[in-house]
Amino acid sequence: MRNKVVLRRLLANRQARYGLIALALLVVLAYFGPYIGAHDWSEKDFLSFLSAPSADHWWGTNQIGQDIYAVTLHGMQKSIVIGLLVAVISTGLAALVGASAGYFGGWLDRAMTWCVDLLLVLPSFLVVAVISPRLKNASWLWLVVLLAVFGWMITSRVVRSMTLSLREREYVLAARYMGIPGWRIILRHVLPNLSSLLIIDATLNVSGAILGETSLSYFGFGVQPPDVSLGTLIAAGSDKAVVYPWLFFFPAGLLVLLVLSVNLIGDGLRDALDPGSTR
Amino acid sequence: MSLLEVKDLTVTFAGGIEAVRGVSYEVSRGEVLGIVGESGSGKSVTSLAVMGLLPENAQVSGSVKLHGRELLGMREDDLIKVRGKAISMIFQDPLSAFTPVYTIGDQIAEAVRVHQRIGKDKAARQAVELLDLVGIPHPDVRARSFPHEFSGGMRQRAMIAMAIANDPDLLICDEPTTALDVTIQAQVLEVLKTAQRETGAGIVMITHDLGVVAGMADRVLVMYAGRPVEQGPVDDIYYRPRMPYTMGLLASIPRIDGEEGPLVPIEGSPPSPRALPPGCPFAPRCPMKVDACDDEEPDLTAVGGGRQVACIRSREIEDKGLTGADVFPVPVIPADELVRVPRAERSTVLELDGLVRHYPLMKGSVFKRRVGTVYAVDGISFDIAEGETLALVGESGCGKTTTLQQIMQLEAPQDGRVVVLGKDSANLDRSARKALRRDLQIVFQDPMAALDPRMPVGDIIAEPLRAHGFPDRVDELLELVGLSPADAGRYPQHFSGGQRQRIGIARALALEPKLLVLDEPVSALDVSIQAGVINLLDSLKARLGLSYLFVAHDLAVVRHLADRVAVMYLGRIAEIGTVENVYDRPAHPYTQALLSAIPLPDPAMERSRKRILLEGDLPSPADPPSGCRFRTRCPLFARLPESQRRRCVEEEPSVVRQARDHGAACHYAEEIEVITASDDQEEK
Amino acid sequence: MGKYLLRRFAVNLILVAVAASLAYLLAASSLHPRANFAGRNPAPAVEVVDAALDDANINDKTPLLQRYGTWAAGVVHGDFGKTWEGGSVNDEMGRRIGVSLRLLFIGTVLGSALGVMVGAWAAIRQYRVSDRVIGVSSFVIMAIPVFVVATMLMIGVVGLNRAAGSTLIEYTGEYNPTLTGLDQLANRLNHLILPTISLCLGQIAYYSRIQRNMMLDVLGQDFVRTAMAKGLRRRTALFKHALRTALIPAATYFAFAFGTLLTGATFTEKIFGWHGMGAWLVDSIYTNDVNSVAAVNLFAAVCILIAGFLSDVIVAALDPRVRVS
Repeated sequence: MRNKVVLRRLLANRQARYGLIALALLVVLAYFGPYIGAHDWSEKDFLSFLSAPSADHWWGTNQIGQDIYAVTLHGMQKSIVIGLLVAVISTGLAALVGASAGYFGGWLDRAMTWCVDLLLVLPSFLVVAVISPRLKNASWLWLVVLLAVFGWMITSRVVRSMTLSLREREYVLAARYMGIPGWRIILRHVLPNLSSLLIIDATLNVSGAILGETSLSYFGFGVQPPDVSLGTLIAAGSDKAVVYPWLFFFPAGLLVLLVLSVNLIGDGLRDALDPGSTR
Repeated sequence: MSLLEVKDLTVTFAGGIEAVRGVSYEVSRGEVLGIVGESGSGKSVTSLAVMGLLPENAQVSGSVKLHGRELLGMREDDLIKVRGKAISMIFQDPLSAFTPVYTIGDQIAEAVRVHQRIGKDKAARQAVELLDLVGIPHPDVRARSFPHEFSGGMRQRAMIAMAIANDPDLLICDEPTTALDVTIQAQVLEVLKTAQRETGAGIVMITHDLGVVAGMADRVLVMYAGRPVEQGPVDDIYYRPRMPYTMGLLASIPRIDGEEGPLVPIEGSPPSPRALPPGCPFAPRCPMKVDACDDEEPDLTAVGGGRQVACIRSREIEDKGLTGADVFPVPVIPADELVRVPRAERSTVLELDGLVRHYPLMKGSVFKRRVGTVYAVDGISFDIAEGETLALVGESGCGKTTTLQQIMQLEAPQDGRVVVLGKDSANLDRSARKALRRDLQIVFQDPMAALDPRMPVGDIIAEPLRAHGFPDRVDELLELVGLSPADAGRYPQHFSGGQRQRIGIARALALEPKLLVLDEPVSALDVSIQAGVINLLDSLKARLGLSYLFVAHDLAVVRHLADRVAVMYLGRIAEIGTVENVYDRPAHPYTQALLSAIPLPDPAMERSRKRILLEGDLPSPADPPSGCRFRTRCPLFARLPESQRRRCVEEEPSVVRQARDHGAACHYAEEIEVITASDDQEEK
Repeated sequence: MGKYLLRRFAVNLILVAVAASLAYLLAASSLHPRANFAGRNPAPAVEVVDAALDDANINDKTPLLQRYGTWAAGVVHGDFGKTWEGGSVNDEMGRRIGVSLRLLFIGTVLGSALGVMVGAWAAIRQYRVSDRVIGVSSFVIMAIPVFVVATMLMIGVVGLNRAAGSTLIEYTGEYNPTLTGLDQLANRLNHLILPTISLCLGQIAYYSRIQRNMMLDVLGQDFVRTAMAKGLRRRTALFKHALRTALIPAATYFAFAFGTLLTGATFTEKIFGWHGMGAWLVDSIYTNDVNSVAAVNLFAAVCILIAGFLSDVIVAALDPRVRVS
């Protein structure tokens, strides 16, 4: 019932509509595009190094003869998966930590607030960069864990402050006066009422995580070879961008489109779920 | 020529929602026009349209003429010369109506300098004079204060000062006292009257409070669903209403001088502007409705004597001399069996003995540090017998909500005792506390906030049942409060305010409690809906043998619902006793002032009534005066000779019994009658 | 007030200490300076390597906590230790800190000031063409990471210079050391153009969105209506009452925006060849330079806390309601 209303409002929002269409196209491209292309991403064409876009290699090739079209789409798959996983994990973490800190208060709250303050003092980019040498031979899933573990603080602060005000809401008081235990109140009353915030934040965290991953990968601190992501591709392409622009522009363009479409959806969701707020 | 002439004003918002559908009125110099209506009746939108302050998406048509000049469609260059100069406006919420980052003095001086070519210093001096005029103490110092440093009453005074800065011809007051406590309301209304005397301005007074209008207005316009339904001189409207809505409204108001017993409810709720019924918009709720009412919306037609009515049966109403009580069916509420048992023989459901709750006063945002103590509740005692309703009344900041929270928490208080059904809250373990919660339930003030918007009503009511392992009886509970079992699947936002409050009551009754705590259960509801909820509470009590602790600031509602009443002031009980004793023979000067401040919906009485006005604001509960807490504002203290005053300063009075079940915490308590006291009686 | 500031300072000091220690421990346990010697030909003797590592207190044969103790004792006395090659971290930091602060300062001031102006203007012209253009561009800009912006600027400038046949806009380094006097100043400013644009664009977009939304929140409020009811023009009421009040919530975002700026500066420095702290961090991680990495993290923590403090000061200056009396 409510979901239908939200969906209708979301589709009525022009921004969100464009965002959804763009994201759908990008996902289709990432996962079905490789089947249309003539080349596999791991295939090396020893006859054409650094060749410009052509009928054979639609988006050109790089210095080891990989087909940019195939490689970029493969990298985009990774970026999308990483973005989604990080967003889900970090938003979930933020919800749990923020809601329990806000609801229970006391030492738990103080400890968590301190922890969040501390983590905010260390920019996540720096911390993950420092730890990254350990990722050299590890699975990219560890990168997901790191990005999530250092990316939940701001959302959790918002969740905490909203929980603080929800805690004084009369329906929460009513539940408390009925003798319902705290964790059940959090699950039944607090988190459902934060769901719009959490959905919006999870969406925006997807684009945040994609940006975070590409930023790290740009310096070689993120996704490690032989895996590729949009970040590693942009890094590889940017120093030759002046002479061989196709190496840079295809991955960079897709990255921007991806982030933009997710942000558009997030913003549209905010309007649809939270008609009162304009933020 | 009239000062202001509004003709056929209509306001349409985006989406074709007609908030105002043809309003016409006139105001002459020095005249007070009261515009009365419930929320959503379009009364505030009308006044914003007159000022040209509606948002851009509102379409306004019709005509608004000031001194014969058309204001609608005027260019901004000309309009800014009228606004704040010829017409001023006083808004409802004075906190949000001042810009938080500038001082009060600067904001008033700004209003002066917009229309007068004078220097900054002179404007600042003028601002101080204006603040003095509206009775702000130390105006030169207070002019440098920021809005958040003012109390609600002071802010509204400052608002009035700003409004009269340029000697306007017309003052539009939009619910000027709704956000204020009654004793402060009385002060502010007095200031408004002074302001009118000083400026000779015409006033448009918009309010939902029929008491306020009775005392202020010369003429009254009643609005319903975006249209005026009745207009005329104040006495005619109050004593001889001819439109069933006005009749019902007047009959449904609880009065402090009224009789006990059921109120007259108006069934249903006002129509949404999106879905107006065909014909007369009041017809679906009108007990006098005939088929012809649905045919066409009746026009406001003159009926002689300067009156206009929009009802096809108005002639009949006049001829038969019908009143609200004749027309609207009054429910019969069964008598409570328990009441016949003498109070002393009934068991005690709640006992408070010297309850104390102090809060540390914190300062700073990042590092909180304690700078004092808030004496929110400072030793209060009372008890509630089975089947009894005790009302805890007082103005905001008196500690009534804290008291209630202390009771509901069922934990050991800082000092004193809370005994619920014979069990001391300090000696409860976890399971005993949970078991006791079954017998102690609460109904909250704001029916929207009290229900989780994400849960269907059935789940909301079932929540306590499941938590305590009770069998499901949601349908039965819904019927008990006058709703249908079919409503269980709907969400709270699909119900009207009155219905939501009924849902809240059903949830509170789910566990068959013995004591129900009612935290301002009707104060968020419109008058016409209030009556139905009060009647429901009254009948539930009789049917289920409940006891109520009823927390309220509206003394009129209390009179109808409560058996006994305790008046709180700054964390202490000032007076306690049966409703008859306290209302008819109040002994504490605070109770006397409180009762005398409440406006009666009765123009003749309001004109002759003698008011006991209190000085100043409520002192901070962090720094209560020594001895008697009320002495700083006490009219009796002011009259006492120095020798007797010392006792008030040095010794804190405790409740002393005056008569059978009546006590007051005043060293010089004296029972007097205040509700109907008039100036004439004084002279006799 | 003084006491309040002192307490705040103390808490921040603890935060910095814990954050820096954490950063050191992470760096010391995940970087392997020994590996730097592994590739050498001829392979140096183990003793030589150990001696070099011990000299810089980065030998993994020393227990981690002992290394930490030595490092912390040094930091307390203002000594940040040695680079893996034996140079002084303090000296290196002295050379680089100014470079970064210059970039960060310009980015913050220009970014926030321009952003607030653009946002306020968009809010006042809500739903007009200019508002939509600003809205769409800020949205697009926020979706472009700094390194893409920087690379694109670089490509553009290379093309421009090639078309012009001379170097109109510089794109690597800070200045040309062969120039002197005013020429050098002009050259320095020229070198600043690209890094400044790439740093500021994102900030402007971010602040403009925040400010626009805050402004719109305020526009509907009663006090703006009161100001107009007094007889003020809409425009005056908006600037004097709405904008002034809407600056308060925007100021609370200052600290947050600074965090992204700091990360962004790393890319700008690296891409435009500025030898600042950010570039140093990246290089130090490549070279397993534990002490340098720890020093940069400490610098970042201090910067962020100062930004947070400044943000509070700005809010207190703007909002009489939160001033501590």
